[in-house]
Amino acid sequence: MNTKKHTIDRRSFLKASALTGGGLIFGFNFFTACKPEVKPPVDISKLNFNDFNGFIRIADNGVVTIFAPNPEIGQGVKTSMPMIIAEELDVSWDNVHVVQGGLDTDVFKRQVAGGSQSIRHGWNPLRETGATAKQMLINAAAARWGIDAGECTVENGIISNKNGDKLGYGEVAVEAAALEVPKNVKLKEPKDYKIIGQDIPNVDVDEIITGKPLFGLDYKKEGMLYVSVLRPPAFGQKLVSFDDKIARSKEGVVDIFQFGNKIAVLANSTWEAMRAKKTLNAVWENDSELESSEDHDKYLLDLLDSNKFKTLRSDGNIKKAFASADKILERTYESPVLPHNCLEPMNFFASVTDEKIELAGPVQTPKGTAERIAKKLDRDFKDISLEMTRMGGGFGRRLYGDFALEAAEVSNIVKKPVQVIYSREDDMSAGIYRPSTKYRIRAAIKDNQLIGYHLKEAAMNGNSWKGMSDFFPAGAVENYQMDVVNYKSEITTGAWRAPYTNFLAFAEQSFFDELAETMGVDKVQLRLDLLQKVKGTKDKRIQYSPERMEDVINMVIEKSNWGKAKEGVFQGFSAYYCHNSHVAEVADVVMESGIPVLKKVTCAIDCGIVVNPLGALNQVEGGVIDGIGHAMYGNLNFVNGAPQSVNFDSYRLIRMKETPIVESYFIENDIAPTGLGEPALPPAGPAFANAIKAATGIRLTKQPFIDNKDVFG
Amino acid sequence: MSKFDLKVNDKVYTVNVSDDTPLLWVLRDHLNLLGTKYGCGIGQCGACIVHLDGEPVKSCLLTVSLIGGKSITTIEGLSENGDHPVQKAWKEIDVPQCGYCQPGQIMTAAAFLEKNPNPGKEEIREAMHGNICRCASYNRIEKAVAKAAKN
Repeated sequence: MNTKKHTIDRRSFLKASALTGGGLIFGFNFFTACKPEVKPPVDISKLNFNDFNGFIRIADNGVVTIFAPNPEIGQGVKTSMPMIIAEELDVSWDNVHVVQGGLDTDVFKRQVAGGSQSIRHGWNPLRETGATAKQMLINAAAARWGIDAGECTVENGIISNKNGDKLGYGEVAVEAAALEVPKNVKLKEPKDYKIIGQDIPNVDVDEIITGKPLFGLDYKKEGMLYVSVLRPPAFGQKLVSFDDKIARSKEGVVDIFQFGNKIAVLANSTWEAMRAKKTLNAVWENDSELESSEDHDKYLLDLLDSNKFKTLRSDGNIKKAFASADKILERTYESPVLPHNCLEPMNFFASVTDEKIELAGPVQTPKGTAERIAKKLDRDFKDISLEMTRMGGGFGRRLYGDFALEAAEVSNIVKKPVQVIYSREDDMSAGIYRPSTKYRIRAAIKDNQLIGYHLKEAAMNGNSWKGMSDFFPAGAVENYQMDVVNYKSEITTGAWRAPYTNFLAFAEQSFFDELAETMGVDKVQLRLDLLQKVKGTKDKRIQYSPERMEDVINMVIEKSNWGKAKEGVFQGFSAYYCHNSHVAEVADVVMESGIPVLKKVTCAIDCGIVVNPLGALNQVEGGVIDGIGHAMYGNLNFVNGAPQSVNFDSYRLIRMKETPIVESYFIENDIAPTGLGEPALPPAGPAFANAIKAATGIRLTKQPFIDNKDVFG
Repeated sequence: MSKFDLKVNDKVYTVNVSDDTPLLWVLRDHLNLLGTKYGCGIGQCGACIVHLDGEPVKSCLLTVSLIGGKSITTIEGLSENGDHPVQKAWKEIDVPQCGYCQPGQIMTAAAFLEKNPNPGKEEIREAMHGNICRCASYNRIEKAVAKAAKN
């Protein structure tokens, strides 16, 4: 499948044009045909480079600049996406210089960091980009030598012919860019990969370890004002009035004004803005019910008991199956609200003038955010430029761009460059949180076979969508149903790393563990037997591959010594498919002073071709520990619309001494790659909980685990 | 506003700021030394750690008026070319994911290894416990500290 020929639209070619500063720029755009011109992703007017297209620029000396198209939140795409281009371009990675591209809807497609989709969606276009540029360079060399392009070979950016002549890419770049864009380009066979599959360090590692300014908060502009915003202390409150007399008397304060339901404090430095904000005297009134977590628990449990559900998928006849069952297992699983807590708090730079809108900062959705700002300020989208900084974490919070909108609104009022900076307290209390969700799962067992499976979800503002109902065990149980219902909350909720499944996996994988106990069968074999039933299915809705799931299960069993652990080591198993990747995990727990302690998590992953194993392992280690940490400690409790923890003194994140060793193994195959930012997280919590059950006999059904006094004292 | 002479990375800077300004914001907003990061402002995450006469301190809690003539080292001054053994180990292990917490992690590790050049596994885990890595690159941080000690 990797050698399939792809067609590049001829019309997307942009002709060469001379630059005032010397040199030539060439661009062509593989993604959006018919565009009259292609704007380079950064200002290249001062550079003497020859642009090959939106992604590649080749200098006379052969140095290749590749623009990383997607936002970098720590998932590694600033390294891995350019690797894919470089592979097909056939250059040495040592000669590649990676630059973050800006928002450019003409050049790039899907500039989003989310859903673990960057690599999956980029795989074909990125390879075609590299391969097409390579073919044009070969064609240029062949023309110069007067031979057929087929007689040329390429290695590390050097084109050779049979006579021993050699030409570097840089030497033919100008000629090549003037040639026709080849319609069909041959892509490499995976066996010929030289860069894909190699351990390539993070392209920003030198800058990170020496403290170079890379992040949104590091973005500075001459004359920029620092803005601290006072927002409603509780969800459901409205600003009535405020007294800023003291705040205005504070050093460094430049301006204070209301915008919408908020108050902006503008100052000459971050500290002065934050300090003055604390002295504002604001009066708020209740605009709607002020919700507490206690209320959420009650509402959601009531909903689970109700008949208000919307059915996402229904196979067979659940009613009949349960009526004929000789055993029924039913469990309810509960999760709290979680904040994202990106270590770099939300922030954004905006400079709004009558002529243009300049934006810069960390956002996972640059295009959507720029569009929202254009709409809000009633401006043309074309007036907006957006520079993407490296992000100090995203985890879904930076999908929303509300912080960028605030910066644009404030700058629009003062007509000065501003940077809105959230304090940690702001960040935690003005969240778009992981919704609190509860599941009730029932299994109908007859003659010790699983004949019915019914999952109900009740979530704040909704959680699962249709795709989740086609995950395991859909297709494996004759009578299957998934129903959802939600409670409309004033508290804003949204995507949180591995949205939809970060808690669903816990519920289901805990349930299967208990189901096996109830049926008296082997926990792993139960899953393998069910997967057998899905093989060869004609149901196109089924999202996972039973064969690939079986592979990761078998691999993790072998690597973790499942069932053969040393005395005193208690193991828990889980296997889950989400974000197009298959993962199985085994957690090893030991008892220390009567408390279960997680020592190791073994992880087997099938994400297809592993583009950058070094980065991939980092994602898996991080995803597993993040999943463990939040299952164990994560809990944002609300009282009267306000979160009760707003900083790390009262909100617990996992730290070094609590972390297990993560051992990861990848299935080797030639299947097109899928994402890794999320899939290792969902199965981690249930693997740990299942190991705790093995160690203590106590089954956890509620997160955070730490609140269970029977287990953790 | 008061004037303070601060010795940062072997250079003396004069700043004119309020007495209660935390060193973190003096470094970031006044000296444009942006490697020291803001994470929580209450000394709980370690992203802002710098060395004060070689000791690791949380710069978000250290007000500028309390520094006096003490010598401040930030991530920018840890080594001339990014080649401090801890930085080298961080690069070899390819520790960072988002990278935001890493200057604080590196400064903590460097001060720790200065005092305890041959730490055991548990000592490393104890020493790094105060620094939050939200991406949870903890396995690699642990390995990198051990590697830096070895080198």
